Amino acid sequence: MAEEKKLFKVKIDNISVEVEPGTTILNAARQIGGEIVPPAMCYYSKLQGSGGKCRTCLVKVSKGSDADPRPMPKLVASCRTTVMDGMEVSNITSPEVLEARKGVVEFLLLNHPLDCPVCDQAGECHLQDLSYEHGADSTRYEFKRRTFDKVDLGDKIKLHMTRCILCYRCVYTADQLTEKREHGILGRGDASEISTYISQSLDNDFIGNVIDVCPVGALTDQTFRFKNRVWFLKPVDAHRDCENPKCCGKTVLWMRGNEIFRVTARKDKYGEVEAFICDTCRFDKKDVKDWIIEGPRKIERHSVISQGHYVNTVKPKDALVEVLDGRQPKLLFNIHSESQVNRPDIDLSKIHGPAHSDDFKK
Amino acid sequence: MQALTNRAKAVDRRPMTFAEKLYIPAIAKGMGITLKHIFQRKATVSFPEKKRDFSPVFRGLHILNRDEEGRERCTACGLCAVACPAEAITMEAAERKPGEENLYREEKYAARYEINMLRCIFCGFCEEACPKDAIYLSETFAPANYQRKGFIYGKDDLLIPDPKEGK
Repeated sequence: MAEEKKLFKVKIDNISVEVEPGTTILNAARQIGGEIVPPAMCYYSKLQGSGGKCRTCLVKVSKGSDADPRPMPKLVASCRTTVMDGMEVSNITSPEVLEARKGVVEFLLLNHPLDCPVCDQAGECHLQDLSYEHGADSTRYEFKRRTFDKVDLGDKIKLHMTRCILCYRCVYTADQLTEKREHGILGRGDASEISTYISQSLDNDFIGNVIDVCPVGALTDQTFRFKNRVWFLKPVDAHRDCENPKCCGKTVLWMRGNEIFRVTARKDKYGEVEAFICDTCRFDKKDVKDWIIEGPRKIERHSVISQGHYVNTVKPKDALVEVLDGRQPKLLFNIHSESQVNRPDIDLSKIHGPAHSDDFKK
Repeated sequence: MQALTNRAKAVDRRPMTFAEKLYIPAIAKGMGITLKHIFQRKATVSFPEKKRDFSPVFRGLHILNRDEEGRERCTACGLCAVACPAEAITMEAAERKPGEENLYREEKYAARYEINMLRCIFCGFCEEACPKDAIYLSETFAPANYQRKGFIYGKDDLLIPDPKEGK
């Protein structure tokens, strides 16, 4: 019989939970779930060693443990602090934590360009959600923001260093998933940036996952660039038998009509991917015939992506054809004969990279 | 049956008297009412010659704005389309190429922008949603047309003329 492990009893926002020793406060909170889970921008449960960078998950430990009931002197990062038996933690019940989090969001947004109208991540951006929920209404920063030029990391991934919050997730992804890491963080402090040192393309298998793990729009899919806004696309669960043994082949297709605009991994409620997918699935399989479609993906009601997606609606029966003895009503005006948008002869998803002025002149 | 209000009047069904049968007093009374209205202020204006002032919050035909340098402000962010309750707005975005900086303000712009005026209800939500001050509802009507296709407004109908070109 296996030796019975002693479980630690912790109290987070006055909700008790029993967790295994070695669990972090953040993961203990995730076991409870709901509103008391601290937000995390850099911690990623699937990547070892991630966390501790962004400080959005700060919590107050009001009682260290049963053995040593003194509170911790400062707010601690819950993704890095392991629980002790009898620990008492307050997250949303502590005004101090909320105030600190507001400050952290302000720091993260200091150099963030706020070019959401242009950014492809808008609508599924964690920084957008975080600043909406925890941030202040306006910025107090008056100085020039740090800017970088845009970089093409190969023909599949676009790097907007200006938007980066230096969470290191992409670095861990490249370390732990791909054969060889080709990018990293150069420089220190304010001058640090994600780079390949000497301009190099990232073309490892599985490197496309850096797009999914990036919480902001710093690393985006070049093949999807400016093609469409995420909230106009319909996310659909699909899978295929991937030749790559490490790839699960279970993805979300972002479709409009029968066009597949992009392929991503499936993300859970914390915005973390359920399983990583290979670059072949992500970039090269943009045909409906390649996939077995399972059904529409459930999107949280509060997300802008869910707008216009009506579930469980019953379409009323059109009685007109019956009344007209089977004749189809005469169509007075077909919108495609006049409209210049969504022309059937131009498939935007088939263009490699973003569309340009000459793509529309055809 | 009991009346709902006590303002109802029973119709007088008695046969008309001789004076009523002449109709002359009734005609004179009616002409009196007409004459009285000749001297009153008219509720209508004769439209093409005389135009009424619009209310300051009037919402009419859309325009797509340019910035001071004549560059298009719209970045095709799609917020107007997502705000539109009638789903009248559609667009397709493109990336600005080097050399097109004098045409478009941001690196992304709307290559196609279309408003279906048959669907539009002129609520002004697009104007409210726009983060770039690109779309405005002007103080003009959408002109009438004999055909439906005349109501599909593309970018060439919506975009204001470039101030630099006039010089």
